[in-house]
Amino acid sequence: MATLQDIRRRIRSVQGTQKITRAMKLVAAAKLRRAQERILAARPYSNKMDAVLASLALRADRSAHPLLVHRAGNRKVLVVIAADRGLCGAFNSNILRRSLEWLRQQGEAEVALTLVVVGRKTSDFYRRRPVTVRAAYVNFFDRLAYEHGAEIGQELVRAYAEDSADEVHLCYNEFKSAATQRVTVVKLLPIEPLPEPEGEVPVDFLYEPSAAVILNRLLPKHIEVQIYRALLESLAAEYGARMTAMDNATKNAGEMIEVLTIAFNKARQERITKELLEVVAGAEALRASG
Amino acid sequence: MATAEIPRTFLLEVVTPQRLVVSEEAEEVIAPGAEGYFGVLGGHLPFMTTLKFGELTYRRTRGEERHLAVSWGYAEVLPTRVTILAEAAERAEEIDSARAEAARDRSVARLGKLGDSTVDFVRAQEALMRALTRLEVAVKKR
Repeated sequence: MATLQDIRRRIRSVQGTQKITRAMKLVAAAKLRRAQERILAARPYSNKMDAVLASLALRADRSAHPLLVHRAGNRKVLVVIAADRGLCGAFNSNILRRSLEWLRQQGEAEVALTLVVVGRKTSDFYRRRPVTVRAAYVNFFDRLAYEHGAEIGQELVRAYAEDSADEVHLCYNEFKSAATQRVTVVKLLPIEPLPEPEGEVPVDFLYEPSAAVILNRLLPKHIEVQIYRALLESLAAEYGARMTAMDNATKNAGEMIEVLTIAFNKARQERITKELLEVVAGAEALRASG
Repeated sequence: MATAEIPRTFLLEVVTPQRLVVSEEAEEVIAPGAEGYFGVLGGHLPFMTTLKFGELTYRRTRGEERHLAVSWGYAEVLPTRVTILAEAAERAEEIDSARAEAARDRSVARLGKLGDSTVDFVRAQEALMRALTRLEVAVKKR
């Protein structure tokens, strides 16, 4: 049986842990709020871009642009976005498991697979696995800016245009709410036919300099924006996951402290009872002998 | 009453990857298009162009003018809506003049001691243009 001293020490240790998890939860909540604001602010641009692109694609020759062309080859690239840090529940393991699954699904045929890893956890995960990592972007999530999306996007567009990849897919955690993330895999390149714009489509559109030139500039931009958005989604999702995980940890610590406190009280009571018995017994013995 | 009335105003939206900068009814907007500055009034023909770095001016329904520094993007003009997708956009009152001045001085210094690399030259020149435009716009604070 644990002595009072032992139990007291354990309670104190759990309380210390609880303090840390509670602080981490508060930090994650504050960061989540900021990340959420950013993703909400970024959505209008991304949506407008889609709309402009869709109306443009209707009028331009689609086969003209390399990013729209389907190629027969099967060199596929998967971009995996996870976090730089752990302690956020199943956030990282979900995404990494899904990406492994995806790789395995492709593995049937003669497919050349390469990876672009984003986030230190992804990089660590794939370091010891037999997969070619063509590029790694790590330790930038705490100062995430549009430039990161642009850099990754440009690199992918270059690879595609230079004919060193035939398909590019993107795997990331989509931010649903603070408590839920959804693992998403989307095809990035070649760009799939865009949805028809809603509502009236004006016929006589003037283009300066020309529809083709605008499309040429818009398509690579579109990829950058999609990556940037995925990074923001992932960041918000990460903080959401961490907040939930730390909230659970704090609650669990609370329960543990309760259980330990009861054990402590019981042990203390037992000891008092035992001491009392000893005193009474001693007194009895004295009286009997006296 | 035979002809449809030409809308006097349109919804102007300026968005960047970071945020929605402007979303207001406007009477007129002047923007730096690929082939020079262009002005748009309500009921304009559908029109699309790329944007250069420059100053974007718009007049709100109430009459007063607003100024923004915008860089590289697209403008989609529809009879009742103008959408500007810009890489960056700042309202005149948001521009940090001190920083823009520092950027101007930096790029001037860089242009002065550049060697033969054209790439650097173009980039430095662009940076200078950007700084100058921002300074120009910053003066037009409300």
